[in-house]
Amino acid sequence: MSGLRFEDIRKHFPGVKALDGVSFEAHAGSVHGLLGENGAGKSTLLKILGGQYRPDGGRILIDGIACQFQNAAAAIAAGVAIIHQELQYVADLSVTENLLLGRLPQRYGFVQRRAARLHAVARLRELGVDLDPDARLASLSIAQRQMVEICRALMRDARIIALDEPTSSLSHGETEVLFRIVRDLKARNKTLIYISHRLDELYALCNACTIVRDGRKVATHAQLSTVPRETLVSQMIGRDIADIYDYRPRPLGDLRLRVQNLSGGVLREPASFEVRRGEIVGFFGLVGAGRTELMRLVYGADRKRSGALVLDGAALTVRSPRDAIDAGIVLCPEDRKEQGIVPHSSVAENINMSSRRHHLRARLFLNKPHERDNADSYIARLRIRTPGHRQPIRLLSGGNQQKVILARWLGEPHLKVVILDEPTRGIDIGAKHEIYHVIYELAKRGCAVLVVSSELPEVLGICDRIVVMYQGRIRGELPRAAASEQKVLQLALPSDQLGAARIAVR
Amino acid sequence: MRHMQTENNDGRTAPAALAEYSLVLLYLAAFAVLSFTVDNFFSLRNMLGLALSMSQVGMVACTMMLCLAARDFDLSVGSIVAFAGVLCATLLNMYGSVLIAIVGALLGGALIGAFNGAVIAYLRINALITTLATMLIVRGLGFIVSDGQAVGVSNQGFIALGSLPLLGVALPVWITALCFVVFGIVLNQTVFGRNALAIGGNPEAARLAGINVDRNRLLIFLIQGVVTALAGVILASRITSGQPNAAQSFELDVISACVLGGVSLAGGRATISGVLIGVLIMGTVNNVMNLTNVDAFYQYVARGSILLAAVLLDQLRTRRENG
Repeated sequence: MSGLRFEDIRKHFPGVKALDGVSFEAHAGSVHGLLGENGAGKSTLLKILGGQYRPDGGRILIDGIACQFQNAAAAIAAGVAIIHQELQYVADLSVTENLLLGRLPQRYGFVQRRAARLHAVARLRELGVDLDPDARLASLSIAQRQMVEICRALMRDARIIALDEPTSSLSHGETEVLFRIVRDLKARNKTLIYISHRLDELYALCNACTIVRDGRKVATHAQLSTVPRETLVSQMIGRDIADIYDYRPRPLGDLRLRVQNLSGGVLREPASFEVRRGEIVGFFGLVGAGRTELMRLVYGADRKRSGALVLDGAALTVRSPRDAIDAGIVLCPEDRKEQGIVPHSSVAENINMSSRRHHLRARLFLNKPHERDNADSYIARLRIRTPGHRQPIRLLSGGNQQKVILARWLGEPHLKVVILDEPTRGIDIGAKHEIYHVIYELAKRGCAVLVVSSELPEVLGICDRIVVMYQGRIRGELPRAAASEQKVLQLALPSDQLGAARIAVR
Repeated sequence: MRHMQTENNDGRTAPAALAEYSLVLLYLAAFAVLSFTVDNFFSLRNMLGLALSMSQVGMVACTMMLCLAARDFDLSVGSIVAFAGVLCATLLNMYGSVLIAIVGALLGGALIGAFNGAVIAYLRINALITTLATMLIVRGLGFIVSDGQAVGVSNQGFIALGSLPLLGVALPVWITALCFVVFGIVLNQTVFGRNALAIGGNPEAARLAGINVDRNRLLIFLIQGVVTALAGVILASRITSGQPNAAQSFELDVISACVLGGVSLAGGRATISGVLIGVLIMGTVNNVMNLTNVDAFYQYVARGSILLAAVLLDQLRTRRENG
């Protein structure tokens, strides 16, 4: 048979069985979805396929031939390409140079620039990707860089292509382009493995689907389209979640925060909004609409040009995150890795980083026992999956890292406004569900919660009100009762793109 | 603990803990071997001499640790040592007061440190460049203050500072030991120390977590300036003069000792025990080479090789940690 086959793959790390006998096959000319929570073993499986790890047992067959990859180069030579979540490119080189990285045509040691460029142009055209071959990668969008990476894989004659959460940082329009390319590859009889947490994407793209949990295969569905969502979700997390959003209306209190004419950075037009005690307000918009920038201005992370904040009826001056935190305003940043976690520090360090100042001894020394207890209690309450509070946070999965950042702020004594920027990006359903509950809990305590999210169903699912931004300004807002996918998108998209982009919406 | 595994987690196990202390074990083993093989090595006299010879490097390594932990760098410490020594000797000859001389020298160190910190934190100039510049400037200041000459000291009270034995151990060694205790506590038990590690681990995350990154960096350099000036004062006392040429390549010794002790140049990782071991390794190597009459030219080669080997060891360790 042609395609890819995993047979009884086993891999253990000290103290952990990462993969415990996983078998399934993916056929050529099809897209095979791989579904599982963070930590289920998907990435380990991909690393084995890519030659980065060697399995302890089992084998991989490509077109019926058993392969033992000693390293990543061997896997590439055998026609395997893995497009990782974190892209691997050289930002300061051009598209052409990246495409031909390590294989630039040369004569007597001199690069044949013309030949390289022609080659690159031809392959880009073949794939229907509209990119300037001379553009530096750093000047391209994330989606475009991803295209470059896919092109590069194809130029190495990859037959097996695995995509690990390729859409996690793409906009609607970009996602649609990616989908087109994936379908095109399928038509060319490639074997595709597609990892995503977004079920709609899997339904839209995949023929078949395998679900893994705790290092074991739970099921393979040969005909994904016939399988209901609920089945996938319950198989993935091992229990039923009736309604992932689980929204319940709650009484709203007085006005908590008023933002007046805030501007700065890309926010050219002053933005104003209000939020009440116990209210959850969603901020939706395209990537680059200015949502993150607005939140950072509120938090004092960036310098503002104009604007004022009123918290609980009193004017508030915020010049730095320190000021915001002291006033009870906290923010969980969009980019966990770059802005949230301190990677080499322990889970406990990351949790206590801010609130420790309230528990000092002699106003100078850390209260170590308290910090330990505090960390342990949040690890238990938020169900943070870690071997212990001493574990370096970088070894945790994304969802658990996000919970640690949440725990950092939950320890603050007088929380008033909680800003969450893409709190569930790249996080599995189980962890999402748990984070939603933290959000509801905060709202019930009287906090105002501002949620920036690019996932429309999430915004519609958990928010009391939705503010929609477009090109650096607030374009409108909708109360929960009046909000629908259609109405929100109308505000979020340029009017002429509405039809095209709706397809890509998850 | 059902979900122990995360996808790229090796888990922390006994061998990992062993690796953490591998440097300590290695040093103890080497120490034992040297005690038996090198004449005069394991004697009280030699041990005290070893400790005294490393006291300046040890003190400054304590603050350099904080600096490196916060992902910063300070090349100016050697020049500060020389400048503080010269300044101290000059003030002493001018006013005849040990107190004024020492306070003046420490103040000078504080000012230079604060200048470093302010330029790096607030003007956002790369620490390497900034301290490379101040290294030259301060070295020049030392020559200017002393007119290029060694400034001799005859005050017996001041000279006693560098040699006064307390319970059989010279005062500078006690001061260095105190530095290790104090900065061990600062690193592990105070918000300031933990913030330094957080800043080095991820500056943007630290800022968004409410840490005043700029002020912390300024403070680190200021403290470094004071401690370095203190080291300069002690050196001046030991050699009974302020030498504008003193402590050449001192900064490299200090940074080497930190790196030997597992302090990451990328920031975010540092332990006081590691720095202590790093200082001891450097001191022991120098001491043994002197005892065995290794040619000074070869000593450079040996020291460089050991530094490279230690960093390689650390690399292998982190690589294994990362799976």
